[in-house]
Amino acid sequence: MTETGDEKQSHSFPAGIVGVELGQVVRQIAVGEPPPLPPNAELAVIGKPAARHDGRAKVTGGCRFTVDVVLPGMLYGRILRAGVPHATVRAIDMSAAAHHPGVRAVVTIAEAGNPLSGVLRYVGSPLAAVAASSPDAAQEALRLIRVDYEPLPFVVDLDEARKPSAPRVYDEATAPQGSPSGYPAPAGLPLQGNVRGPAIVRRGDIAQGLAQAEVQFEGEYRTQVQTHCCLEPHAIVADWRSDGLTVYMSTQYTAGVRHELAETFGLPLSRVRVIVEGMGGGFGSKSTLGTYGRLAVMLSREARAPVRIVLDRHEEQIDSGNRPATWQRLRLGARRDGSLTAISLVSYGTAGIALGAGVWSFAESLYRCPNFEGAQHDVFTNAGPGCAMRAPGAVPGAWGLEQAIDELAERLALDPLELRDRIDPSPVRREERRLGAARIGWNHRHAPGADRGSVKRGVGVAQSFWMANVQTNAACEVRILRDGSVEVRSGVQDIGTGTGTVMAQAVGEVLGLPASAITVRIGDTEFPAGPPSYGSRATASITPPARTAAWRVLQALLREVAPALKASATELVARDGRIFVGTDANRSMTFAEAAARLRTDALSAVASRADDYGGFRRRMGDAAIAQLDLGGVQFAAVAVDTDTGVIQVERVVAVQDCGRPINPRQLESQVQGGVLMGMSFALLEERILDRQTGRMVNPNLEQYKLAGACEAPDIEVIVLEHYQGMSATDAYGIAEPSNIATAPAIGNAVYNALGVRIRTLPMTPAAVLTALGRVGA
Amino acid sequence: MDRSESESLVITLMVNGTTRQLQVEARTTLAEALRGPLGLRGTKIGCDRGACSACTVWLDGKPVCSCMLLAADVAGRQVTTIEGLADGDNLHPVQTAFIEYDAVQCGYCTPGMVMSCAALLRDRPGASAAEVRRAISGHLCRCGTYPHVIAATLAAARDRNR
Repeated sequence: MTETGDEKQSHSFPAGIVGVELGQVVRQIAVGEPPPLPPNAELAVIGKPAARHDGRAKVTGGCRFTVDVVLPGMLYGRILRAGVPHATVRAIDMSAAAHHPGVRAVVTIAEAGNPLSGVLRYVGSPLAAVAASSPDAAQEALRLIRVDYEPLPFVVDLDEARKPSAPRVYDEATAPQGSPSGYPAPAGLPLQGNVRGPAIVRRGDIAQGLAQAEVQFEGEYRTQVQTHCCLEPHAIVADWRSDGLTVYMSTQYTAGVRHELAETFGLPLSRVRVIVEGMGGGFGSKSTLGTYGRLAVMLSREARAPVRIVLDRHEEQIDSGNRPATWQRLRLGARRDGSLTAISLVSYGTAGIALGAGVWSFAESLYRCPNFEGAQHDVFTNAGPGCAMRAPGAVPGAWGLEQAIDELAERLALDPLELRDRIDPSPVRREERRLGAARIGWNHRHAPGADRGSVKRGVGVAQSFWMANVQTNAACEVRILRDGSVEVRSGVQDIGTGTGTVMAQAVGEVLGLPASAITVRIGDTEFPAGPPSYGSRATASITPPARTAAWRVLQALLREVAPALKASATELVARDGRIFVGTDANRSMTFAEAAARLRTDALSAVASRADDYGGFRRRMGDAAIAQLDLGGVQFAAVAVDTDTGVIQVERVVAVQDCGRPINPRQLESQVQGGVLMGMSFALLEERILDRQTGRMVNPNLEQYKLAGACEAPDIEVIVLEHYQGMSATDAYGIAEPSNIATAPAIGNAVYNALGVRIRTLPMTPAAVLTALGRVGA
Repeated sequence: MDRSESESLVITLMVNGTTRQLQVEARTTLAEALRGPLGLRGTKIGCDRGACSACTVWLDGKPVCSCMLLAADVAGRQVTTIEGLADGDNLHPVQTAFIEYDAVQCGYCTPGMVMSCAALLRDRPGASAAEVRRAISGHLCRCGTYPHVIAATLAAARDRNR
C-alpha cells in the first residue's frame, strides 16, 4: 500500500488529563492516518496490562542475547587497554602476539606520532586488539604486546583540572568540539587550559532580576560519576563476509549502528545488517558502534571469520561511558510572594576526555522566571569518556535546582509545594503534586529536624521535566498471513522497556485481537527502520506507525472479504477476533476465516511516523521534540539513623506523565526502575579514581555499590492519562522522566529529617555523619 | 601460560536430570562449562566474580553462583539450570508469576533471579516479603525489577499453597 498524499481531513480527538478535564481537540490529519483513538477506558488492548511478548523466553533462559550468539568458526577478541592515565605512545610491537598459538588477527588503533590516537589519555583507553580461537588464547596474546610509551603528567580531579597550573589533557588542536545540535555541548566554545566553555544562555537581565529580589538564596551542589552497569556487558559478534557484513550487537539503535558501520567501513547500507534479539540494558551507553565495536569488525575483516568481543566487568566500569561529575552554583532571587525574579547558574563538570558534562536547561526552563543567566563549562580530565546516561544533564540539574527551590521556600517561609504552585506554570505537574501529596501524606510532614530520637524521618518532594522526543525516521510493517496469524516487524530493538509488547498492543487494538496473538519481529535492520531506544522516544516513535500500518492492512483485508459478508468494506468492524458487519452480531466471520480469503499468502502495509498532528516544537533531521514536555513529581519518605548515618528510603510516590499510557504494568516497571536508579545514585554509587595512579579503585560490582532488593523502598507509581491528539497513539516516553526527580526528592526528605542540608552526592553514611558534625570533615 | 590451569579433563555432571560428560580445562568455571560445551546459555554471566548473582544455578538443589565454582570441582554432582526448571512446557509457578507480574525487564538477571526465588519457595513455601528480599539480596538488577520480583514470588507462593 502506498502512503497517502497531502489530502487532509478533520477529526476530533480526546484532549486533556483524565480526572482533571477531558475535552476534545480538532486536528487536520492526513487521509492515510487511522481515525482518532478514544480514551483508554473505551479500548480493549491499549491501556491494559498485556504480558510481555518475550516474557516466556526470558523466564526460561530461551531469550538469545548477544553474549549468547555463537557462530561456526567464531573467534574471540580481546582489547589491549592503557594502564596509565596519560602517555605518548612511542611504538607498539604486535609481532609476538600475532604469532601466539590460536591468534588469527591483530589490529592496532594507537598510532605512534598521531596527536589523537598516539596519546593515551585515560586508564582503559583501547590501543590494540587480537582475535584468537579461544578467549584464553586471546588474553594470553594481549600480554605479549609490547608498548613503549612516555608517561605524561595527568589530572583526574574536577577541581584540580580547572586550575591554570593543571596538566593539560588536550591542546587547542586535539580538544573535542561541540556540535551544532548542542549535544553533547554547543559548538564554537573557547578552550582555556582544560576548560571548554562557557556555554552561555541569557534571558532578560540577571542583574536587574537580582536587584528586584526581596529574598535571595545561593547554594553549591555536586554530583559524582555514575556508571551505567548494564547487566549484559557491551557485546558484539561481527561477521565480515565477501558479500556483506552482519553484526549482532547489544545496541540501543540497530539502524544507527548500521549507518556507522556503512560509513566507517565504506560499505553500502544494503550490505550491512545489524541484529539484536535479547538486549540486556543500555541506559545510554549502547547508543553507538563504539571503539570495541569497530575493533570487532576490523578483526573479523582481517581474520575472515566471525569475531566476538564481550567486555568484562572491569572494562565495563572503566570504559563503557558514565554519567559525568558536576559542580554547580545556583543563585535564586524572589519576591516575598515567591515569584522568581532571577536564576543564575554556573556549572563545571567533567566527562573525562569527552564533552557533555553540563547540567542541561533544567534551571532555565522548569519555573517561570523572567531573568536567567547560565554559564556552563566542560572540564577535561584524564578519565574515561562520559556519555548519555538516563536523562543526561537533567539528573544533576535537578539535584541542584530542586534542592535550591526548597531552600528558597524555607527562606520565604513557604511550604515547598505552595512555592511550586506559585511558580510552576505546568498544569500537568500541578495535578501530579496534588495526587502525590495526598498519597505520601504531605499534610503530616513535620518541621525540619523535628523528629525526636536517633532515627529521624522526613518527607521531601522534587519535580522534573523532560522533552517528549520523537524519531520521524521510524517505520513498521504489519502483515496478515493467510492462516490468520499477524506479524509486526521493525528494526526497533527492545532494550527491556517492553517496546515489542506495546507495538503488539497497538496492532491488536486495530485488528480486534489480543496482544498475545501478534507475533513480534524486531531488532533486525532487514525490517523497516526502527527508532533508537534512547531519549525516551521508542514508544512515541514506533507505536503510531504500528497502529497506522495495522489500520491500513486491515482496510485491505476488509476490502477483500466485504463481498463474502455482502457488505461494503466501510461497514465492517474488527473486534473480539471477528469481522462484523456494523453491530450485527449475526453477520460476521472469524479473523482467521477472513484471512483465509486472501488472494496471496500475506497482506502487508508499511507506515512511518507521521509528524505530530499539532506540529512539533522543534525538528532536527530525523528527530523532533513534541510541543509539550513530560512533567513528573516524586515524593520520598526517608528514615535517617543519626548514629550510623544510614539513610533508608522507605517510600517513594512517583507521579509521571507520558501522554497515553499503553501498558500500565510495563510503565510501572519502568518507573520503579527509574526511581531505584535515582535512589542508588543518591545514596550509593560513585566511581572513585585514585589521584596517584588515575585508576578506578572500585571497577567491579562489589565495591561500586548498586541498590539491591533490601534497599528497595515501597514505590507507588501513578501515571497520568493525558491526551493531546498528537499521533495515532498519542503516547510518549517515561524511561528518563522517571529517573530525574528521585535524588533531589530524597535530598529534600533528608533535610526534612535532619534539618541539615547535604548538597554533595552520594549521601553516604560518612557524608551524613559529617553533615551532623559527628565526625570530622 | 600456566600448564596446570589449561590442563584438559573429562568430567561427568548431572545436569537437569541427565548425565553429561564433557571436556573442560582445570580453570573452566561451572558457568563457562554450562554456557560452552553444554550449550546451556540461559545461565548468564554478569560480573564473573560472584558479585551480581546473574549466573545462579542450583548445585545439589542449593542456589550458587556458577561463576565462582570450577567445573572440575563439582564433577558428579547435580546441577539444575534455568532450562531445567520447567516441567516440559509447564512453567514453574515462579516463572508464570514473573510473566504475570512483569518481574522481567531486559531479562538478563532474570534466569538467576528465578532460580533463587524458586529455591526459596521450595524450602519456604510460605515465604514472607522479607525472606524474598533476602533471597535475592545478592542479585543485581539495573532495570529495577525488585518490587515486581518480590510481588511475583509472593503470588507464586500463594498460588502454590492454595
